[in-house]
Amino acid sequence: MVGHILSRRHLLSSAALIAALYSSSASAAAISGQLPWQPDTNAMPPQVKPGTWAYFTPDEAAAVEALADRLIPADELSPGGKDVGVAAYIDAQLAGDFGKDTGLYMQPPFADGLPGQGFQSALTPAARYRKSIAALNDYCRKAYLGKVFADIPAADQDQIISKMEAGTLSLGGPNSKAFFQLVWQNTKEGFFADPIYGGNRGMAGWKMIGFPGARYDYRDWVEKHNQPYPLPPVGMADHPDWKSHV
Amino acid sequence: MATKLPHKDVVIIGLGWTGSILAYELTGAGLDVVAIERGPWRDTATDFPPATAPDELRYGVHLDLFQRPAQSTVTLRNKTSQTALPVRQFISFLPGNGVGGAGVHWNGMTYRFSESDYQVKSHVTQRYGKSAIPDDMTLQDYPMTYAELEPHFDKFEKLLGIGGKAGNLRGTIQKGGDPFEGPRTNEYPNPPDKQPLGPTLFAKAAETLGYHPFPVPSANMSQSYTNPLGVTLGQCSFCGFCERFGCGNYAKSSPQTCVLPALMPRKNFEARTLCNVTRINLDSTGKKATGVTYVDQHGAEFTQPADLVLVCSFSFNAVHMLLVSGIGKPYDPTTGKGVVGRNYAYQCTSGVLVKLDNTLLNPFISSGVGGMALNDFNGDNFDHSGLGFIGGAVLQATQTGGRPITQINSFGDDPKWGAGWKKSVKENYQTIYALGTQGSVYPYKDSYLDLDPTYKDPYGVPLLRMTFDWHPNELKMSAFVTEKLADVGKAMGASRLAASSRKAPYSVTAYQTTHNTGGAVTGDNPHTSVVNKFGQSWDVHNVFVYGAALFPQNSGMNPTGTVGALTYFSVDAIKSQYLKNPGPLVPV
Repeated sequence: MVGHILSRRHLLSSAALIAALYSSSASAAAISGQLPWQPDTNAMPPQVKPGTWAYFTPDEAAAVEALADRLIPADELSPGGKDVGVAAYIDAQLAGDFGKDTGLYMQPPFADGLPGQGFQSALTPAARYRKSIAALNDYCRKAYLGKVFADIPAADQDQIISKMEAGTLSLGGPNSKAFFQLVWQNTKEGFFADPIYGGNRGMAGWKMIGFPGARYDYRDWVEKHNQPYPLPPVGMADHPDWKSHV
Repeated sequence: MATKLPHKDVVIIGLGWTGSILAYELTGAGLDVVAIERGPWRDTATDFPPATAPDELRYGVHLDLFQRPAQSTVTLRNKTSQTALPVRQFISFLPGNGVGGAGVHWNGMTYRFSESDYQVKSHVTQRYGKSAIPDDMTLQDYPMTYAELEPHFDKFEKLLGIGGKAGNLRGTIQKGGDPFEGPRTNEYPNPPDKQPLGPTLFAKAAETLGYHPFPVPSANMSQSYTNPLGVTLGQCSFCGFCERFGCGNYAKSSPQTCVLPALMPRKNFEARTLCNVTRINLDSTGKKATGVTYVDQHGAEFTQPADLVLVCSFSFNAVHMLLVSGIGKPYDPTTGKGVVGRNYAYQCTSGVLVKLDNTLLNPFISSGVGGMALNDFNGDNFDHSGLGFIGGAVLQATQTGGRPITQINSFGDDPKWGAGWKKSVKENYQTIYALGTQGSVYPYKDSYLDLDPTYKDPYGVPLLRMTFDWHPNELKMSAFVTEKLADVGKAMGASRLAASSRKAPYSVTAYQTTHNTGGAVTGDNPHTSVVNKFGQSWDVHNVFVYGAALFPQNSGMNPTGTVGALTYFSVDAIKSQYLKNPGPLVPV
């Protein structure tokens, strides 16, 4: 390796890659003589708003809303996954860096490997959703007289989810267990992430467990052991007292 | 063609804890220093202000502050007979990225290892005989004693403003501290912080069992503090967003809050960000470094000539740099010859979940460290006769946050989704407390780092290959200490309890720890170490290595304290000896 010369091709591809990893105004700089200051290096993420789908087709969105509503059903503890915006959250994520696997190591060759060697899929999360939902709906059409997952009874949806969880549902190509794990992880994110990302509407997930969100200062409460924290949650851009709050 | 830049006295690879300390010390000695950092510039007000810092998705789940595997990753296999595959997504360990390095995203637990940990091979052999060390274990002593490092620990703790309670002041055991620690010259620079409910219950229970709980030494300020460099930190607000996050309160010790405000005004220092060092260059003899080559974010390649090259990147990245630069002989596990990549180790963690009925743990009220620990079963603080293993672990009750996506605990048979999950999560959030162990990992002939034959980084350079698995000594240790921890959990009044000790094989699919160590170990013999006691390469005298890559094996505690002490120990020798007479500081 001594004297290894980098090819021009490698340098260019590496530059494109490194630039893509930093969406902020960060740039290579020689910094000397003072602490540098650049405005807006850490802008607030944009508020994800419901309405149009950025990645999902309407059919895909319906399937994910149905999945989210069974994984987190509406009851006295909170609204359901659909109403708190889980699908809107996942849609925005799949249209963004997460969906494209930006930042992960995606160079071939791909091999299955041992379980302990971790994630080895060449498919991005966005592609995994697309393929798996199509396969799930195909399965349902055959088993439920032409109906897709979103249109079958809740009890049947639960049964299918249980089989996916156990890995016993055959979806043809996609691995049903891996898809369950992906959807469940993203659903929890859509329930518990800051509302700015489109889910956790009304901070419903936080209210359910009593998480105060982005309050950032509990100095007066550290030694008040076993006492309920009195203040409601706040989000990075969401506060019950703010007039702009809708 | 690479552009050749004007000469500098010192080039530092990586601007984290060790890089910023060295830059401060060596610019103070009048040298012209440049630090080249792969990631972006980062500072408190611009990059993690309180308005956007408490974002679990961005920082806790999507790992915004960390090295991207697309930049560089490692490949992993458990055994030499297997084919290593790339760690495509960091989960088990999370190397830092950007100015501040791991000092930005850490929790701030700042221990000193046990006195005997630094001479563990001699100590174990003397107490239990040679046969206590398994044949395939390549245990070895540090080339310096705890006593030699003590003033450097003291200096590092003062730089960071560590809060804690001394357990051993100049040989006198202190109530409330860790009675097993080596003698300290001074108390901690700050008092310990307040404790939330969980650690308080743990400490009470541990005391009833006759153990010796003490506050975990913490880099989260218990009060406003001005360090010897004149930099002032604020008080920790127990925000609950510490590990994996930058601190918006200037309250967590980091290069940003402890060093950079004093370093950056110096005209003889320069930081270059988003620049990736691809190799250290050697002269025609191969015995002297001429500087480094790096690539900026636009793909332009530069050579930076320098008299002194300091390798300050994360542990396994430092080993990678030596291997791709041809510095030191790579380790060969079949012959046992060679040293670079040898004695890679990790930390053996385990956990105990305890359900405490009718409590409100308020897990979101937490500093990064906030907790109590005991060292009764760490290192050689207990008699290992007949136990079948050596080493041990710190037993900890910390409360590092109640972040809902990643930090809600549940038992294996709790409902996994649906209405049952909602009910149990609501209940568990306030009542399940997670206790943990951080155990030693001793080195083995077949645990090592080398270059992968297949996978490359974006620059076309081979990835580092990690060959690592758990060995019986560590698994027995983990089973033992986890059972001891479960005893404390029972004494806390747990209505349910789940203890899980570490099991083989090693897997990268769950977070364990970012305490990866070894591969460029320090020693007094060039056949079993990469660098001498001052971190100086045996082969190339103007290359020095810093960080946990130097550890001959890993102890059962967080490594940063020792990393800091070794850095100050080395730079003292550079300033007092090397600069006057550049050459090997220890005769080969």
